[in-house]
Amino acid sequence: MITSIPVLWGVTTLVFLMMHLLPGDPAELMLAESGGSFQSMAQLRHQLGLDDPVYVQYGRFLASALRGDLGRSIFTNRPVTQTVLEQLPHTVQLSVAAMMVAVTIGTALGIAAALNRNTWVDSACVTIAVAGASMPIFWSGVLLILLFSSLLHWLPATGQGSLKHLIMPAIVLGLASSGAIARLVRSSMLEVLSQEYITAARSKGLSERLVVCRHALKNALIPVITVMGLQFGYLLGGTVITETIFSRQGLGRLVVDAILWKDFPIVQGTVLLAAAVYTVVNLLIDISYAIIDPRIRYD
Amino acid sequence: MIMTKRRFPIPTRKTIRRREIPPLVTRRQLRRNKGALLSLAFFVILVAIAILAPVLAPYDPLAVAVEEQLLPPSSEHWAGTDLFGRDIFSRLLFGARVSLLVGVAAVAIASVPGLILGLIAGYNGRWIDGIIMRVMDMMLAFPGILLALSIVALLGPGLPNAMIAVGIAGIPNYTRLVRGSVLVTKRKQFVRAARAVGCRGWRIVFRHILPNIFAPVLILATLDMAWAILSASSLSFLGLGAQPPAPEWGAMLNEGRGYLRQAPWITAAPGLAIMLTVLSVNLLGDGLRDALDPRIRTRT
Repeated sequence: MITSIPVLWGVTTLVFLMMHLLPGDPAELMLAESGGSFQSMAQLRHQLGLDDPVYVQYGRFLASALRGDLGRSIFTNRPVTQTVLEQLPHTVQLSVAAMMVAVTIGTALGIAAALNRNTWVDSACVTIAVAGASMPIFWSGVLLILLFSSLLHWLPATGQGSLKHLIMPAIVLGLASSGAIARLVRSSMLEVLSQEYITAARSKGLSERLVVCRHALKNALIPVITVMGLQFGYLLGGTVITETIFSRQGLGRLVVDAILWKDFPIVQGTVLLAAAVYTVVNLLIDISYAIIDPRIRYD
Repeated sequence: MIMTKRRFPIPTRKTIRRREIPPLVTRRQLRRNKGALLSLAFFVILVAIAILAPVLAPYDPLAVAVEEQLLPPSSEHWAGTDLFGRDIFSRLLFGARVSLLVGVAAVAIASVPGLILGLIAGYNGRWIDGIIMRVMDMMLAFPGILLALSIVALLGPGLPNAMIAVGIAGIPNYTRLVRGSVLVTKRKQFVRAARAVGCRGWRIVFRHILPNIFAPVLILATLDMAWAILSASSLSFLGLGAQPPAPEWGAMLNEGRGYLRQAPWITAAPGLAIMLTVLSVNLLGDGLRDALDPRIRTRT
């Protein structure tokens, strides 16, 4: 828990540095759109506090961030924290649903490949896993919309609110992430199946089904929990595209719109929140890892 | 006295050196991995297409022909035409240039600073290692594409900026990998021997350590290239990468989104091109990993 505090502080600092040290002055970019004069730019810089020394700006930013104040949107003038927190549940819902799809497909493919090592089933499962990871989300999304919405009329193409609206986005996002899980489950399962306790379980006459389900699977799935944390970051990033394709509300769509409108406080707030969520999820996974595998606590 | 040619020439420094350096990947290893071999062949063809695009393309990829808009695939237009009557097949061929350029440039932007920072952190250790690695930890706390998005937000939309953004987002992966490899390698006897005979730090790093950590960096660079192509095309799809009328696969797919029912070929062709390219690079990376990392080979 303590180690995640410096990371969160670091993330906040990095977001601040990125917004201030990279070329591209927010005031300049904001006025480039409206064609403002040099004088109005100086005024705007003063208004935004951009003419203060960087360390003063940093102190002000950090103090406000600690109070949960990330400024106001340039275009709507609404508080950034409120705007971003309103969108968070939509993105978390999509990410969790996609994670469930990814774990289900990934685990099934990984187990099937490991149990049929060096056969055509193994090759097929590995190929599906790599193809899933190589398929651009925006393409698989468009193909599913074409098939299930335009041709079959089974599922709504855009929008949100019901389970039907969630199915396609979750499959698209989950499929892209399932490849990494499938490959990990395969190699982890192969490693576990070569352990002595599996030989012992087989030699005492247990059925293959029992050996796989009760003895191998439990141990083979432990590394998957770690990779789930990393994949959560990938899914969070993937929501940017998924929400755009399926016209869903959420952090992803908010950040893309904010970039196109050059609404920097919103970009800053969204990226900060996404990084914070990612860090906290990985912390929770580290904790759960120790609960699930007691050997970790003894090490 | 007649000089006869020696049957077994006395080994010189040059010949010994040539024999001592084993090939990175043997032909046998490559032949065994059919997927990687096919991917390599596909990738070579793709590079050839990218280079020869102006010769191979039947039409100008930017030429607008309103009277030929949204034509389905035919013998004249192999992959059909788009909303502006532009030949999709020609745009696909030119798109290969953009995608490969993005992949190579992003990998270069990520790997060179990543490699240098990793070498410095791993070899020097102490406080400099601490600072570099904490900054990398901070960068890794951002989901990759979000980090790239926020950099594009500052630099502004456009293909060069998208390449830079995707490249910067990839730096921490190289730094971590290189640092880890350097930490292992610098404790080996040949490095200690080099230090004992008075080699300078930079010579040890570049002549003795770097060649020995090259394999994992090459594997990461290959797999990273797949990620870079996918991420840059995603940025273009969102309108933040290549700008119209550039023939970029992600941007082409975005243009066709509004005509899914009337003209599905506009989205099908670039999507398939991205997938096959990324798939081939991924399989090539996997093949390289299997060939170069014996631990993984025995485990799977």
